[in-house]
Amino acid sequence: MINLENVSFKWHKKAASPTLTIEQLAIDEGEHVFLHGPSGSGKSTLLALLAGINVTTSGQLCVLNQNLSALTNAQRDAFRADHIGYIFQNFNLLPYLTPLENVCLGCQFSKKRQQHVLNQIESLTKEAARLLNALGLEPHFHNQNVATLSIGQQQRVAAARAFIGSPELIIADEPTSALDTQNRESFIKLLFEQAKKSNSTLVFVSHDETLKPLFSRTIDLVNLQGDV
Amino acid sequence: MILFKLAYKSLLNRRASVLLTLLTIAISVMLLLSIERVRVDAKSSFSNTISGTDLIVGARTGDIQLLLSSVFRIGYTNNGVSWQSYQYITKQRGVKWSIPISLGDSHKGQAVLGTTLDYFKHYRFAKKQPLAFTQGQAFSSINEVVIGSEVASKLAYKIGDEIVISHGMGNTSFHHHDDNPFKVVGILKPTGTPVDKTLHVPLAAIELIHGGGHHDHDHSSHALVGHPKQITAFLMGFDSPLYTLQIRRNINQFKPEPLLAIMPTVTLKELWEMLAIIEKILLLFSFVVVIISLLGMLTTLLANLNQRRRELAILRSVGARPWQLFSLISIESLLTTFLGCLVGCTLFYALMGTTAGYLQSQAGVSINISMLSDYELTLIGVIMAAGFIIGLIPATRAYFYSLSDGMSIKI
Repeated sequence: MINLENVSFKWHKKAASPTLTIEQLAIDEGEHVFLHGPSGSGKSTLLALLAGINVTTSGQLCVLNQNLSALTNAQRDAFRADHIGYIFQNFNLLPYLTPLENVCLGCQFSKKRQQHVLNQIESLTKEAARLLNALGLEPHFHNQNVATLSIGQQQRVAAARAFIGSPELIIADEPTSALDTQNRESFIKLLFEQAKKSNSTLVFVSHDETLKPLFSRTIDLVNLQGDV
Repeated sequence: MILFKLAYKSLLNRRASVLLTLLTIAISVMLLLSIERVRVDAKSSFSNTISGTDLIVGARTGDIQLLLSSVFRIGYTNNGVSWQSYQYITKQRGVKWSIPISLGDSHKGQAVLGTTLDYFKHYRFAKKQPLAFTQGQAFSSINEVVIGSEVASKLAYKIGDEIVISHGMGNTSFHHHDDNPFKVVGILKPTGTPVDKTLHVPLAAIELIHGGGHHDHDHSSHALVGHPKQITAFLMGFDSPLYTLQIRRNINQFKPEPLLAIMPTVTLKELWEMLAIIEKILLLFSFVVVIISLLGMLTTLLANLNQRRRELAILRSVGARPWQLFSLISIESLLTTFLGCLVGCTLFYALMGTTAGYLQSQAGVSINISMLSDYELTLIGVIMAAGFIIGLIPATRAYFYSLSDGMSIKI
């Protein structure tokens, strides 16, 4: 699923030392991985590499057996739209769209994901509503102004957007840091449930080590780089 | 398609500031179109005032002054032309017709013009159109009056009404000729020229008003006989335009009396050129207003953009390409300009609709409330293009934000 070999990344070509160096990292299909490390350990950098926003300075980074550095910028954008669902820390939603529209946005830039949805259900909106229900957002919230939703509800909408069209990889960038402990665990459980249903690989990033026990596999970014 | 939807929803979400931007654009478009329309229509109603007249002759004064007083009823002439000179000149070879006119009296602020029946026969306006009657006919008796369409509508006169002419101009003339009532016998069709605002009486009646006509009123002898000692000016038409220059020179060198002959088309053009500076300044100002409104749009777009970097990051995360974000912002500015122009056109028509009557009566400019002309459409096109080009600035910034920020949210 994800394969990194001798990857290093520098923000600028002339930078003295690389921001990130990973000798070896492999994540299998369907795995739920907890990636943690303190601030500045290169979490965001790694996510930007995985999502194809930035390209490795050296080494090989493959997602779905596709070497991302071999693709052009446009191809990487298309690749992300087709295969990756992304959940942000907070403020995940476009304020001028309803929750349903926000969810549909997830596959609006990818024909492939749209097709995937339409193969199973007649409209994107229906699938969006189904996902929102599955993630515990009651129907009367579906068309409300997103600003009136609580942070927990907003994160559910964001998760639904990441899952729509069943992308192979879900990247969650500290999605629970704005939630309280109670909400945090139930949200992560919902994520697992959905990931299992759509057979997606989940890479969950956080600096909060208390979440560690919930995951089957944990990767410590500091240790990973320290090995080099 | 999704980009259009996003642009639309995003604009709707920021409707307060968008509405203000839209309104400034709309007002500037309205201003530009109005100034342009008034300019063009003023020019055409200006040059339509008189046509088919080869020479206007009056006492020696300035070319433009003679034109203004004889054709536009603006200002006055100190001197007149003696009846003898008029008779002598119009008997020259090549003179096809002549219309004597005598001005200086008024009725409730409207000019009174003394003339002969030749006026209704030979006077031409616009594209050599003759005068025509809506009702009635020309005067045939000394105490009859033919009124212009606007006089009729403004003062609610109809055929058969009796009116009183006062001496001098203005509403508050001291000397009313109460003992000389005139009967309305004809109402002219609208011409869009000062003729509409004029009351036409027989030349002989002018003499009666001013002269010793205060003795007994012998109603049996009201035929159109007699003539004044002086007239204000006269219009002439020739058998061939070739006579014009020669006769004009002769008149300007006329020994018995200092006279001035002008060619109305030439003098109209000179007059218009004098006014052209004002017209250009107005046009310049309205262009400046358009530029300011577009800069206003640029300011709001740029100010909003920084707050919208989060939005751009979210769109990037769901797979939007940087060029799509570029398009999104461009579409927003284009949509704003387009709607601004649309609202501006509506405001323009509303303004023209409400002020056309006023402009007609106060400035003599007949406004043509018609479809937008090619030139006006070009102006709107230029504004839209300018709006689009200005929108490229924030769009380019959005493009680079999305490249540099990627999906890391900086705010």
